[in-house]
Amino acid sequence: MSAHTPDEMMAVEAARRLADGTVCFVGIGLPSLAANLARRTHAPGCVLVYESGTIGPKPPELTLSIGDGELAETADAVVSVPEMFAYWLQGGRIDVGFLGAAQIDRHGNLNSTVIGTYEQPVVRLPGGGGAPEIATSVREVIVMLRHSTRAFVSALDFITSVGDNVRVVVTDLGILEPVDEELTLVALHPGASVEQARAETGWELRVADDLRTTEPPSATELSTLRTLRTKGAAA
Amino acid sequence: MAEVLLSDAVRDLVRDGDTVALEGFTHLIPHAAGHELVRQGKRELALVRMTPDVIYDQLIGMGCARKLVFSWGGNPGVGSLHRLRDAVEHAWPRPLALEEHSHAGMAAAYAAGAAHLPFGVLRGYRGGDLPARTRVAPIVCPFTGEELAAVPAHRPDVGIIHAQRADRSGNVQLWGIVGVQKETVLASERTIVTVEEIVDDLEPRPGAVVIPSWVIDAVCVAPRGAHPSYAHGYYDRDNDFYLAWDTISRDRERFRTWMQNHVLETADISEYHESLREPVTA
Repeated sequence: MSAHTPDEMMAVEAARRLADGTVCFVGIGLPSLAANLARRTHAPGCVLVYESGTIGPKPPELTLSIGDGELAETADAVVSVPEMFAYWLQGGRIDVGFLGAAQIDRHGNLNSTVIGTYEQPVVRLPGGGGAPEIATSVREVIVMLRHSTRAFVSALDFITSVGDNVRVVVTDLGILEPVDEELTLVALHPGASVEQARAETGWELRVADDLRTTEPPSATELSTLRTLRTKGAAA
Repeated sequence: MAEVLLSDAVRDLVRDGDTVALEGFTHLIPHAAGHELVRQGKRELALVRMTPDVIYDQLIGMGCARKLVFSWGGNPGVGSLHRLRDAVEHAWPRPLALEEHSHAGMAAAYAAGAAHLPFGVLRGYRGGDLPARTRVAPIVCPFTGEELAAVPAHRPDVGIIHAQRADRSGNVQLWGIVGVQKETVLASERTIVTVEEIVDDLEPRPGAVVIPSWVIDAVCVAPRGAHPSYAHGYYDRDNDFYLAWDTISRDRERFRTWMQNHVLETADISEYHESLREPVTA
């Protein structure tokens, strides 16, 4: 089996953080890949929830959007969008939420709204969608974001969602976790260096004293992951 | 309520300047009705939608909208909406005012609108920069003292949705991912529902939503009227189209040419589909 890609490492590391039985709010792309991988490996009882209103879907392949028909067909329940956000998310029934963003700061606050000012943005991003309430309603937020100084910034252009519940940030270089209220590098993926992580972070990155090295994907994790990718969903 | 032509319904029920919600959460997006708004040159619309995607990109790029009320404006699984970006970043073809919410806030605003209540309540908009940029206010629970957020109800002038089918009396049935469509119909002053087909009897379906005819102003037949979105049980999402739209919509001229060829120069949904038989030129 060929060597794994940085995206595959990210998906595997995120999947490992989902215990069996975890109920997780999933977006499309890497989070969907991670949650589906967890469900097919160590956490068969992991319940996926998509904001489109599908609870417990078991899609045979990854889907391009969060609202593809396969999700509804394989779900335990399909609910309306108001019900999803009121009863299920704000009702405190979701354990873990995945979030991505264009920018993150050292406190885990995220920006998916604008680059530049709100009135005169350089780049108008899609916006927060479910993120503001996911960030404050779930017990744990997992952020998946590729490391770069464009994304890991000292000050956000806009705070779309707050970082209080961010427990881990999985990047293509390693793992950050909040230590004394600041995201700290606690693990590096095989082949990545502290210098690289520091160079790709827009603030002075703290590094844990007991810096770990991530376990590379196992043969099972990698082969399972690759069967999931057959539909070629945008990740 | 009799079945009517979509072009008549749009002419009679949508006025320039109206607040119009064309809802659909990935599934059952009323593209055919949106195209009819473009063909009839509707102007100064305030468009409302949780997840404005390709059809809103088209309406905005054609200059139909003065304002967008939304919570996530992107091409799902693909990336940005380039016409929306161009309008916000460069005021092309005209300036576009934004009223931006979170999904939870939009959903609460629709639910309140459906109940004809003045505002919706949620445990949301906590922290961050969004509350300062939108119409939301803190409210204290009179029973527990918990601080919550109040969002003004959505009460669109016109609500437009697409559904799988209606019966001959105009009762509408939809199933699969049902989104916020029922709330949209009940919150709106006037309503248009396009359907895949009219049937004699609405055979019960698991999880289906049925909307009685007497809360709907017009039911219009528009087969494959959600394309490139999908109608569960009828046809799949045209993912290739969403990918192609990224290229078509990047360039102003290419966008206008596409709209000319596939919307302005087609008379209705069947001619639109006929025009797509030729390969999508990206």
